[in-house]
Amino acid sequence: MSTTATEPAGPARGRTGLSPRQRRKISIAVQYALFVVVLVAVVFIVDWPKIQDTFLDFDNTREMYPDLFTVALKNTIIYTLTAYALGFALGLLVALMRLSSLAVYRAVALLFVEIFRGLPALLTLLIIGYGLPIALGGPVPGGTVGAVALGLGLVAAAYMAETFRAGIQAVPKGQLEAARSLGMSHTRAMFTIVIPQALRIIIPPLTNELVLLFKDSSLVSALGIAATGVELTKIGSDFAINTADSTPFVVAGACYLIITVPLGFAVRRLEARQAKAR
Amino acid sequence: MTPMVEIRGLHKAYGDLKVLKGIDLTVERGQVICIIGPSGSGKSTLLRCVNLLETPTGGQVFVEGEELTHPDVDIDAARRKVGMVFQQFNLFPHLKVLDNVTIAQRRVLKRPKGEAERIARENLAKVGLEDKADSYPAQLSGGQQQRVAIARALAMNPDLMLFDEPTSALDPELVGDVLTVMRKLAQEGMTMLVVTHEMGFARDVADRVVFMDGGVIVEDGPPEQVIGAPRHERTKTFLRRVLDPTHAQEDDLDGAALPAEGA
Repeated sequence: MSTTATEPAGPARGRTGLSPRQRRKISIAVQYALFVVVLVAVVFIVDWPKIQDTFLDFDNTREMYPDLFTVALKNTIIYTLTAYALGFALGLLVALMRLSSLAVYRAVALLFVEIFRGLPALLTLLIIGYGLPIALGGPVPGGTVGAVALGLGLVAAAYMAETFRAGIQAVPKGQLEAARSLGMSHTRAMFTIVIPQALRIIIPPLTNELVLLFKDSSLVSALGIAATGVELTKIGSDFAINTADSTPFVVAGACYLIITVPLGFAVRRLEARQAKAR
Repeated sequence: MTPMVEIRGLHKAYGDLKVLKGIDLTVERGQVICIIGPSGSGKSTLLRCVNLLETPTGGQVFVEGEELTHPDVDIDAARRKVGMVFQQFNLFPHLKVLDNVTIAQRRVLKRPKGEAERIARENLAKVGLEDKADSYPAQLSGGQQQRVAIARALAMNPDLMLFDEPTSALDPELVGDVLTVMRKLAQEGMTMLVVTHEMGFARDVADRVVFMDGGVIVEDGPPEQVIGAPRHERTKTFLRRVLDPTHAQEDDLDGAALPAEGA
């Protein structure tokens, strides 16, 4: 590294070799060099026209519009929000059961969490989507949306229950004691004092759960559903198969990112704000 | 007349750890009782048994003649008559000061919004914080928070106030403000049970001082007697250490590990 030659003379008195600062400069230079080498290699090795033809051939996606937005993106959002609403309500209930003084409630809640956190989300969705209509002898209430909300909602509830529980337990015990000492019942104290504070604590993980659920809604593509129920991954793969081209996948993926990137940004902002408040 | 508080043969144990070993204590209406003693002596636990934040393992607690330790007691109703102030203030951080003082009035006493706010402002004025109604607790100093906590308890019109080391978590220069509010409350005739290390307050304000050690009441009497002329060796040792900590004698040093005081 030629720059070292212009450095002032080495530190005085008995020190040989490079100082830590000089070594650090060399290390940084090496890292830059490595980055450039890899970049150049990728540029030359990859067959760019082929890549463009496979992933960025937008002529093959013209047929996707406007259904991509008016049907697929809309359905993805509907599946996500209904599953999230169910997961939120059920998750809170399960969390309260886990913190109950009744052992039987605690056991049921733990069983619920272990089952739906342990099962693959896809399997749960298949069981609800295919199995439940047979068991009920008719369609799941709410049709496709109902089945998807239930299937994904159960999984989300298991994760959210643990988040709620952690949030409730993070509220200092003195808060409940203060509320009780003012004559509030345990239930009233939980709902007016403890849970509102718990929710504030867990806003970042709850938003993160929304992002996860938004992506997991792609599992619906594995269910055989009517054209009106198609979501992003399904529309992407349908067009990819029809055109024998992968660009529709990329377009569907971009639709996910339009939603998930801003949400991820929001999560980081919320976390930063909370870190400051502490 | 029924005493405000009557405690008979109170025991409290956590597993094998016996914290209270038979407490008998009667508090008359309008009395101010200061409970003093070393950490781990059970004084906070005793106070918390009076509104059943701790469930006694034995004995009885009566407040205004009603037995709180009875299995069928409506504890929420009973607690409405007993205000409590905590060492760590325990204000509700998600609510503004005014809402801290109105929430229990509205949800528990079902007072209409206007009335609850009027009573809240009266009590905030009483503790000198009327202008902080729209602040959040985190924006207040420790002393201000503790005074809001007092206003919050007073807004429920309690007959009895419990203070659990109300100035122990405060910076020294803020202790005075809280003690002034408490002194005023005592002068107005509020019945008060105060766990404290503020000997000056105990001497000036208390009708009786109770010295506890090792889960029992060692000495109980007027302040000039318990603080001024203690009869028991344990009381003397404790007072010497509290009143003059810089000159604790070598032979006073306590080798035995003291159990941590419940916060």
